[in-house]
Amino acid sequence: MQDLTDLYQSVILDHNRRPRNRGKLPTANRVAHGENPSCGDQCTVYLHLDGDRISEISFDGAGCAISQASASLMTLAIKGKTTAEAEAAYADLHHLVTTGKVDEDNMSDLAALAGVHQFPARIKCATLGWHAALNAIKGDPITATTETHKD
Amino acid sequence: MTDLPSPISPLRATAWRDVRADFPVLHQQVNGKPLVYLDNGATSQKPRSVIDALVRYYERDNSNVHRGLHTLSMRATDAYEGARTRIAKFINAADPAEIIFTRGTTESINLVARSWGHAHLQPGDIVLTTEFEHHSNLVPWQQAAKAAGATLKYVPLLGADGEGGLDLTALDQLLTPQVKLFAFTHISNTLGTINPVAALCRKARAVGAITVIDAAQSIGHVPLDVQQIGCDFLAFSGHKMCGPTGIGVLYGRRALLDKLAPDETGGGMVVNVTYEGATWKPAPERFEAGTPNVADAIALGAACDYLDALGRNQIAAHDTTLVHIAMEKLSTLPGIRIIGPRVGAERSGLVSFAFEGVHAHDIVTFADEDGVALRGGHHCNQPLMRKLGLTSTTRASFYLYNTEEEIDRLVASLRRIQKFFAGD
Repeated sequence: MQDLTDLYQSVILDHNRRPRNRGKLPTANRVAHGENPSCGDQCTVYLHLDGDRISEISFDGAGCAISQASASLMTLAIKGKTTAEAEAAYADLHHLVTTGKVDEDNMSDLAALAGVHQFPARIKCATLGWHAALNAIKGDPITATTETHKD
Repeated sequence: MTDLPSPISPLRATAWRDVRADFPVLHQQVNGKPLVYLDNGATSQKPRSVIDALVRYYERDNSNVHRGLHTLSMRATDAYEGARTRIAKFINAADPAEIIFTRGTTESINLVARSWGHAHLQPGDIVLTTEFEHHSNLVPWQQAAKAAGATLKYVPLLGADGEGGLDLTALDQLLTPQVKLFAFTHISNTLGTINPVAALCRKARAVGAITVIDAAQSIGHVPLDVQQIGCDFLAFSGHKMCGPTGIGVLYGRRALLDKLAPDETGGGMVVNVTYEGATWKPAPERFEAGTPNVADAIALGAACDYLDALGRNQIAAHDTTLVHIAMEKLSTLPGIRIIGPRVGAERSGLVSFAFEGVHAHDIVTFADEDGVALRGGHHCNQPLMRKLGLTSTTRASFYLYNTEEEIDRLVASLRRIQKFFAGD
């Protein structure tokens, strides 16, 4: 159970049960959809881009606790940030879930996802919402799938 | 409580436990707990006799078939063709030439869809299938219908949880003379529904449609007689019936196969080749271009021997006993939604279920921590999942080596998971 409580930390369970920024965003000027074809998990990210700043963001979808909590945490992490900052945040997140190494500076609650690195099959769950968000930022209308993006 | 059907298996529970000794892989710990393997719908484990057949072939007989005149080649050819005859007997085909070796169910269905579809489907024709096919018996027909300008139609599934099975009234309306082919599963890999395959073939034949059966989930679990069923084509994989991966079968009625053009061409399937063209051998060689999968075909023959020694009626009865026990015990879990036939109704040895608020992949991860191997996801049934308003389910699928104690381990694990995600 030690490994599993690492994976399913209370922050994850909390965000799975009470996702933040969930639902459609009426003021969105960018939308992108992400899918994990191997398991059917889905995530749509809505955001309002003010110049290059993400002024508002929300997500909708269905999937496992890891994918839903990670998407919820992602909205908190990049709301109010510039697109460059969001991309840097994804690079940090990716480093976190593949190595388990926490970058002390700017990880906040995202650090709860560190346990994912012990379960390589679940890395795609943790990155699904981020793939959709990055596609929305780029204005890429193609569905982001975890198969075409590098984890 | 619904009355359980009485366990009619002539093998006592202790005898079924003895069967476990035949499967080396079962005797291991996973995450510190004895392995409970309940993912047999995805692939079955292999008995020692099948593993030995592979080793024996590679250590003693390995050689190319059909071409060589030396001793090893003749031995390999005899064993390969012997396996074909063995498999013909296993499904009671009239002629071993009706057994085409493929990579598995998917390749078998694709072969029919491409070869038969290309030759026979015309614009305006209808291809019929059902709403609960595995993607392997769905996407090839979408492709074949598209290529020919034909229409693909679906026989509906009844019930909010798919508990009502195939809508036979709708089927009668859909079966018009425009229907050229009807493809359906014998046993649903997601619902556990058992289709009345012989009746479906009779109905299709009455309008002149040919029939293709996906027998992936039934081949190793129930007695299967292609002549009694009356199908034109039947596809299955070796790895779900105690055989190796990478080998499967397309059964086709001889009269149809002889008129069918090959899908792949090359060595081994030709009679005479000139710079201008080539002529084809008859079935089955016509459909087996290149060096075939000799070792796995031979080991599939060994799997037939293994299953027949236990008795497929007995295996089916054991599956039925286990699944009814599982249905009774699982249905006591609060908030569970079981799809497919209801408690007490006929179903094959698998159960798919969902819990409100706990995703299938979280369940599978937690169950694995308890040593219980399950399948979570859409089970290659995305349109069906959407129809039932689900994104995924968790599936427990049983086989001849599973026990009632393992069902108890499953239920205990699910209770722990529910408690964890309820958060108190």
